[in-house]
Amino acid sequence: MKYEAVIGLEVHAQLLTDSKAFCSCTTRFGAEPNSNTCPICQGMPGVLPVLNRKALEFTVRMALACNCKINEFSRFARKNYYYPDLPKNYQISQYELPVAEHGWAEIDAGEGPRRIGITRIHMEEDAGKLIHDDKKPLSYVDLNRTGIPLIEIVSEPEIRTPEEASAYLRALHSILVYLKICDGNMEEGSFRCDANVSIRHKGETRLGVKTELKNMNSFRNVQRGLHYEIERQTALLESGDRVLQETRLFDPSEGTTASMRSKEQAHDYRYFPDPDLLPLRVGPELVEKIRKELPELPMEKKERFIRDLGIPPYDAGVLTASRDMAEYFEKTVDLFQNPKSVSNWIMTELMRELKGDETGITNCPVSPHQLADLLKLVDNGTVSGKIAKTVFEQMYATGSNPIDIINEKGLLQVSDSEELAAIIGKVLDDNPGEVEKCLSGKTKLIGFFVGQVMKATRGKANPAVVNQILSDELAKRSKK
Amino acid sequence: MEKPKEGLKDGHVSELYEMTATELAEILRTKKASSVQITESVLNRIDHVEGKVHAYVTLNPESALDMAREADRKIAAGDARPLTGIPIAVKDNMCVKGQRTTCGSKILANFLPPYDATVIRLLRDEGMVILGSANMDEFAMGSSTETSYWGPTHNPWNTDLIPGGSSGGSVAAVAAGEAIVALGSDTGGSIRLPACFCGVTGIKPTYGAVSRYGLVAYASSLDQIGPISRDVSDLALLLNLICGYDPSDSTSVPREYPDFTAFLTKPVGGMTLGLPKEFFSKLENPDVERVISEARKVFEGLEVKFVDLSLPHLDYGIAAYYIIAPCEASSNLARYDGVKYGHRAENFTGMIDMYCRTRAEGFGPEVKRRIMLGTYALSSGYYDAYYLKAAKIRTLITSDFKRAFEKCDAVFCPTAPSPAFKIGEKIDDPIQMYLTDVFTIPVNMAGLPGIAIPGGFSMGGLPIGLQLIAPHFEEARLVQLSAAFQKETDHHLKRPQL
Repeated sequence: MKYEAVIGLEVHAQLLTDSKAFCSCTTRFGAEPNSNTCPICQGMPGVLPVLNRKALEFTVRMALACNCKINEFSRFARKNYYYPDLPKNYQISQYELPVAEHGWAEIDAGEGPRRIGITRIHMEEDAGKLIHDDKKPLSYVDLNRTGIPLIEIVSEPEIRTPEEASAYLRALHSILVYLKICDGNMEEGSFRCDANVSIRHKGETRLGVKTELKNMNSFRNVQRGLHYEIERQTALLESGDRVLQETRLFDPSEGTTASMRSKEQAHDYRYFPDPDLLPLRVGPELVEKIRKELPELPMEKKERFIRDLGIPPYDAGVLTASRDMAEYFEKTVDLFQNPKSVSNWIMTELMRELKGDETGITNCPVSPHQLADLLKLVDNGTVSGKIAKTVFEQMYATGSNPIDIINEKGLLQVSDSEELAAIIGKVLDDNPGEVEKCLSGKTKLIGFFVGQVMKATRGKANPAVVNQILSDELAKRSKK
Repeated sequence: MEKPKEGLKDGHVSELYEMTATELAEILRTKKASSVQITESVLNRIDHVEGKVHAYVTLNPESALDMAREADRKIAAGDARPLTGIPIAVKDNMCVKGQRTTCGSKILANFLPPYDATVIRLLRDEGMVILGSANMDEFAMGSSTETSYWGPTHNPWNTDLIPGGSSGGSVAAVAAGEAIVALGSDTGGSIRLPACFCGVTGIKPTYGAVSRYGLVAYASSLDQIGPISRDVSDLALLLNLICGYDPSDSTSVPREYPDFTAFLTKPVGGMTLGLPKEFFSKLENPDVERVISEARKVFEGLEVKFVDLSLPHLDYGIAAYYIIAPCEASSNLARYDGVKYGHRAENFTGMIDMYCRTRAEGFGPEVKRRIMLGTYALSSGYYDAYYLKAAKIRTLITSDFKRAFEKCDAVFCPTAPSPAFKIGEKIDDPIQMYLTDVFTIPVNMAGLPGIAIPGGFSMGGLPIGLQLIAPHFEEARLVQLSAAFQKETDHHLKRPQL
């Protein structure tokens, strides 16, 4: 391919503060339309904004996690445009002086780790929602979302493929969730992404004409939208056409993009410093305080799992992709100190139940405590590894404790030598021909005898004990 | 029967409505009259003269009398505060919960605020009697109160003349006895200019001293609420009430304020007043020149010294103001779009058309002019040349004053270049109208406190005002100087004949 894509992403993340960015209304999702509003977020005449300090702290948290330089002084600016979901007809945002600049996030899109530059992270307020009537030419405005704090994270145009874009988004998503500052829900719009994309001949240093893509509300759709757009732009250039600078809307059902507005129709936002809010100071003391409180981030955690716990890199990646999963793993390891065994169980048995979606761990019916109990029961021989898998399925289905399931279903492992010796004796007595063949060198038949013992004990026999008694008994019979 | 009153000094027994808040507080304390009686006296006066003055947009006599009765209960229970029971007019741009607040505009003609402005809450807590909302230039954009959707307010000294603006209604009400005191707002002179034209006392406090929460914004970085009264004693009482930190206003400054009444009797001997040559070189009106030089003699008699100084960037004040204020206004007034409250056009085709028609119908010409100026100046490619340059001039003006205050305790100058002019005289000549604020605008640009006090009268008998400007948060110094001046003079005691 003689072209390469140049992609920059703008990510909007809703902050998980209890109250809105500039008033004390709750940010709870799902309330009656316009019930979480007050004169301030309704844009009544005469109201004034007062910054929610928590939103600022959350922003600084993200900025530090993304290796940004925190500006000691930043400013809020007004972004002026008319839309009914924006009651003041300007959005309080930041323009010339954002909270943070010059950071990076590490990604791995399958070709080894790479840093994507972050131009800036700034704070702003969310707009409301328009609800359009199906039948009449009427629209309604719900201002519950109006004024919820957002951060916008702007990347450098350093992303080269849709896969890298997706990896970058996943990295930001995971950091936000680790920091507990965003719930990361893409369907509800807590985590949204716009993309700027252009293409150019490989080796060219100048940028081509870009388009801005909107409405890609999942990681997959970001990839689809970018793939489509890169192909569209390539086809244009190949056929001697030009790419027009415009904003395009992704259509998830078609997998295509369509023009929304041209450069000429682009808004002039007439940014200027918001006179209602003082310049914002984030001093070194506050930065240090927030830095100290930062949790271990996904990349650090992954490296520690590989280095200290001996977890294979791929597994470590899965275990750290969501904060909840990592916490689940670590809690289980605290209770059962065999990280590899815990990791194996999560990667196979638990992930099978979660159908590959690690975020489902939030509602997992098996607690770390219960999983650790099960692994202990395997470890001390109470139940066999094979039976344990059945027990786990039961635990996942019912939420019951492993020992209760084992007792209830009579799944205790039989390790008693006398009991097993009697069963083994009977198996050998019942199969004299096979014993003969085995003793004359067909040792593979040992597996057959073990199988017969397991059948007789309905899988509960302790395999190690069975093997021991079986070889002793066969030795005895060969001497006869 | 209305007779001209010369105040208390000539031995005439005044009507209640003619008295100052300080005098009325004493009357209430000694139970010589009730707040209901005072309020009735004022309402009665309004009945008589409002037809000539048109100081109010909305009068609320019933709720005023309710407040007066409540005040009387407080007084009887011994819970009176210094201004309990005193009738006050508030400018029509301060939100009063459930009472129409129009900002002098058609676009808010039916607007009932769902909340009280912080200053209104303070008035209520004090037990003051809110009479109604006073007329103003539409969105406080004007120097004459002629741009009001509700029609002009007339100067009580001569009803053919403008009262000044934009707080013309508040000021005219106080001058005409239609309120004891009032609240106005001042973005470029909107309290001081009408105070000067109507012969009353008004102060624009330091930016950040009085909460702007609930003041319908015109130019947020310049707007400031301030009191209007007949003398500086009343002003001190009102400053005590309204100055203070408000966590609902991020630009409000957390600090302690002194008891301003303690400065009413402090001697001023030894203080220095600065005379900025850039102001005095602009004086063309002989009446203003005479009043200024007579006032200077009064101060000199009080052993106040005068020093010449220069505020070199003052000449750019008006130009810079007419960038910054319209820029902020263009954004502040964007919310009046017909979607949520206020006027909405009846016939429209689609959303954009609804916006356009609503705003075309709802705003008057001066407001439209300033919205267009501001929108233009903030547009991509023009921001640096206009807004940013104006912001720099603002910084220069601020440092000019800072340097001046190294040489003097306060700056002394006229409030306006001439006495009040005729209704209609300048309304079609915006530049001439804008120039009326030449002495007041720089004070807002620098965020300083400025007071306008009656300084004398023109040969034609019209009031002429003085202005004193102090460093940030030195309102007390302005009270001190003005009180000393008012003790020596009787200009503030003169009342218009209506």
